[in-house]
Amino acid sequence: MAQTVPQDLKYSKDHEWVRKEGEELVIGITSFAQEQLGDVVYVELPEVGSEVQAGQPFGVVESTKAVSELFAPASGKVVARNDELVDAPEKVNQDPFGDAWMIRIAPSNPSELDALLDAAAYQKFVEEQQ
Amino acid sequence: MSLRRTPLFDAHRRSGGKMVEFAGWEMPVQYSSVLDEHHAVRTGAGVFDVSHMGVLVFEGPGALEDCNRLISNDLARIEDGQALYTTVLNERGGIVDDVICYRFSTEKILVVANAANRQKDLDWFLSHGAKVRDDSDEWALLALQGPKALSLLQPLASIDLDTIRFFRFAEAEVAGKPAILARTGYTGEDGFEIFCRPGDAEALWDALLERGARPCGLGARDSLRLEAALSLYGNELSDDHTPYEAGLGWVVKLDKADFVGKEALEKQKAEGVKRKLVGFTLEDRGIPRGGYPVLSDGKPVGVVTSGTMSPTLKIPIGLAYVPPELAAKGSTFQVEIRNKAVPAKVIETPFYKRSR
Repeated sequence: MAQTVPQDLKYSKDHEWVRKEGEELVIGITSFAQEQLGDVVYVELPEVGSEVQAGQPFGVVESTKAVSELFAPASGKVVARNDELVDAPEKVNQDPFGDAWMIRIAPSNPSELDALLDAAAYQKFVEEQQ
Repeated sequence: MSLRRTPLFDAHRRSGGKMVEFAGWEMPVQYSSVLDEHHAVRTGAGVFDVSHMGVLVFEGPGALEDCNRLISNDLARIEDGQALYTTVLNERGGIVDDVICYRFSTEKILVVANAANRQKDLDWFLSHGAKVRDDSDEWALLALQGPKALSLLQPLASIDLDTIRFFRFAEAEVAGKPAILARTGYTGEDGFEIFCRPGDAEALWDALLERGARPCGLGARDSLRLEAALSLYGNELSDDHTPYEAGLGWVVKLDKADFVGKEALEKQKAEGVKRKLVGFTLEDRGIPRGGYPVLSDGKPVGVVTSGTMSPTLKIPIGLAYVPPELAAKGSTFQVEIRNKAVPAKVIETPFYKRSR
């Protein structure tokens, strides 16, 4: 399956992506994840100011049929969340790596990024899932 | 155990169907998008493969009476060529299955059962002395649903489809193949269920797609039936739920001849039910799902059986069993979603009603 996996991002095995912007990290879910979910109809994200823990759930996406937790690829404090997804959850299907970013965090342990996959490794991981 | 496949398995794969396990069958849950398929049925026409459903046939002298004492509704009140929705009950009044009976004559009744209950129903009927056979493998079953179902099907059909009124059926040819056309469905839309020979299924499927029907999977089937507040066996209905609790009192005819479960239902009718199935929406953000607890004053008092974000109404909708005192329209309770009590309100069902 042809999957677009942007080269400049880091990835978790839970199918979240991380983009480093200055000292902050932007987090979303991958195209593979949204395809597996199907039509996303609901997104629930943590409050700005709350803490997320690497490997722990920080939110929820729901498709017409299923509920899926979002797992934080890195720890830190939420400095922004994408409230547009509340009214337009379909953006997660349309533009998972762009408009449908989910949260922005100030990382508490930047070295956690080293444990994440690069684009090539994630691509390989996805291929093994299929 | 290997999964069973319908005669349309290859057709699903060709259409890009995403196959999943359902009741021991490998079925398409969606093709491209559940939402698009849902909207296609509400605005145009969609076609579902429902060949996994069971087809049980009572045939011979006394077939009607045989079947009638094993169902709660009354086959004697309909004519040949009519279909009847009913429950099959156990002695406690619990629902063994919900089925549609097709009355060909007093000596031939065809029963379409839920896929998961095919063997269970057969065993149940046989153990109650009925003369019945399992014809499931003799039939493929397609459901063509939506406001454009009739106009799409008409050019392929050998008879005037307008003559088949709601919950009636007729034998006819479709695309030159022998079929039974029933004006029944499970989506809240007009439409037809087409019984055909397994070997003809793929040609019929292709003919319908060619005329513009959109292939639809189990995902859309579930959201469509839920908007129409049609119960799903295993969610709203079970061996432990009675028709009165499930809001299916209209398929119980206590004044007909004796039937299995009658005594228990007479008792329940006199005493009143302890829980009732209601339709509700949430008054805050969230989506209700089957299994979520229903709370009142912080205490669990019931359970959600099905829920989704309604693709047509764009509001969260759900069905739940609640105590009778919370069942009236406008009653409020809470649904526990991920440890949060979300306010909910009973609203009228069906959630979605088509304009006629």
